[in-house]
Amino acid sequence: MSHTTQVPHRRPVPDHSGAAPTAPPRARRRPSSQQWAAWAFLTPVTLYLVLFYAYPLYRNLDLSLRNYTVRSFVQGDAPFTGLANYRTVLDDPTFAPALLHTVVFTAVCLAFQYAIGLALAVFFNQHFRLSATLRALFLVPWLLPLIVSASTWSWMLNSDSGIVNTALHAVGIGPVNWLTSPSWSLTSVIIANIWIGVPFNLVVLHSGLQSIPAGLYEAAALDGAGAWRRFWSITFPLLRPVSAITLLLGLVYTLKVFDIIWIMTKGGPADSSTTFATWSYQLGFGNLLPAFGPGAAVGNLLVVAALVFGLIYMRVQRKQGLS
Amino acid sequence: MTGIAMNRRGRTWWKTAIGLLLTGIMLFPVYWMLNVSFTREQDMRKSPPGLFPVHGTLEGYRAVLDQQLPYLGTSLVIGLGTVVLTVALAAPAGYALAKLRPRGGGALSFVLLAAQMIPGIIMAMGFYAIYLSLGLLQSVPGLIIADSTLAVPFAVLIFTAFMSGIPGELIQAAKTDGAGPLRTFWSIVLPMSRNAVVTVSLFAFLWSWSDFVFASTLAGGGAHEPITLGIYHYIGNNNQEWNAIMATAVVASLPAAVILVLAQRYVAAGVTAGAVKD
Repeated sequence: MSHTTQVPHRRPVPDHSGAAPTAPPRARRRPSSQQWAAWAFLTPVTLYLVLFYAYPLYRNLDLSLRNYTVRSFVQGDAPFTGLANYRTVLDDPTFAPALLHTVVFTAVCLAFQYAIGLALAVFFNQHFRLSATLRALFLVPWLLPLIVSASTWSWMLNSDSGIVNTALHAVGIGPVNWLTSPSWSLTSVIIANIWIGVPFNLVVLHSGLQSIPAGLYEAAALDGAGAWRRFWSITFPLLRPVSAITLLLGLVYTLKVFDIIWIMTKGGPADSSTTFATWSYQLGFGNLLPAFGPGAAVGNLLVVAALVFGLIYMRVQRKQGLS
Repeated sequence: MTGIAMNRRGRTWWKTAIGLLLTGIMLFPVYWMLNVSFTREQDMRKSPPGLFPVHGTLEGYRAVLDQQLPYLGTSLVIGLGTVVLTVALAAPAGYALAKLRPRGGGALSFVLLAAQMIPGIIMAMGFYAIYLSLGLLQSVPGLIIADSTLAVPFAVLIFTAFMSGIPGELIQAAKTDGAGPLRTFWSIVLPMSRNAVVTVSLFAFLWSWSDFVFASTLAGGGAHEPITLGIYHYIGNNNQEWNAIMATAVVASLPAAVILVLAQRYVAAGVTAGAVKD
């Protein structure tokens, strides 16, 4: 199974390497019965994509372009209002903080997850007893349901009875209102999300490290390069392609983080940890009077951002797969 | 950095020690969850909190048995449904993309990659609008379909990657023996792809079991709420009983623990497939 590492980086089309050396690029002319069979196998998933990806996305777009109320939501006769919902969202006093928080949350999480993940990957790439077992245990935070992680962190960061404040008290730092003070809530959710994201970075970067030939390190060591020097001259540059993939994928996934923030702070207090994802949910589902239109509009802004970075990711991945 | 000269066991014990320490720090929240789940109600707000459950109690777990079993059952049903739906959709598609070289297959793979990038909250809002008119809100099938969108694109990519590795001679031989594409898929390709089926099933189950976004938007307030909502209501309602909340969290983490113990190599393979969600 370990070859799966590389496979999605390659385009799935031309791989029949060992099997048929006689079927070179000329294989364009395929028997059409095989085409029929192929698309028969693909029909369920294609229908599925249309019904359960494209159609919800379309409905979401439709929501954002009409003036929906609870009544017209049920009856489906909301008037078309063009970009009015988007204008409402842009003029909303929450827009600027939500944008800022989304950028800060994503950037800080990515930086720490990557740095910690890389340091751990380099550490666990050494040979010592239990190294593989311990590395496997590091996956635990990533496997836990987000509601479990979020509620555990909520209790650990509790102002009065949390273990974090107890530990800080022991070293002489006064109690911090992690979740209830507007100046700390964003930091709190960032800490929890870094904890969840480190395993992903560790595993992917570790698999990248293993493709660096050990001979390079031996040669560098013979030339007298120290550990620090070897890291910056060999590991880091040779890991750049894997790093790019890890960071871009992390970016796409961090942009859409919702569960952690919503469960820990609900975006509060006073919008101090609101991101686009939680704001969109807040508008659509968080109030007594749902604002589906603006909620969908915020969501669509988020989709555009995710897809832009997603396309960059796919470009990078494809380029690496071909070279 | 690779410990070239340090390979001998005797000199690496301190690395093991550092490794244990780092793992301990990383897993501390998990330990804390366990600790709190065994803590007595009256010790919950003690200052400083007890580092070990000295006067351990099972009242939290008793509360789980009393109140959370229906939620756990719903989650189990939804998880298994998601697994079946995901494998049924993705395995044939993976076979076609890997071995039958369909025209337009590249475009479809591209769409699948892009589909993974769409934030769940946006999908949830679209599903909400659709389910409202179809009457599928708060229903188990509705949640199974929504949860499967978390896994299907990933599953197709895994199956494609895995089935590309099946030797073409085998499929050719089956064809020579007169097996049609369906027969070849069912009797040759699928049995050989057992590992891929396991990987996909594990992730599909885990993601659907852990899902909170779809649960809270599409199933909230209904008769069939999954365990993630069980915990969420717990936090909202009675934030006194943290041992019960954490005991539920422990129980909700069991599938993850089982998967880690039984199928660790599949998990690592899935993560590094580079197409995994966060």
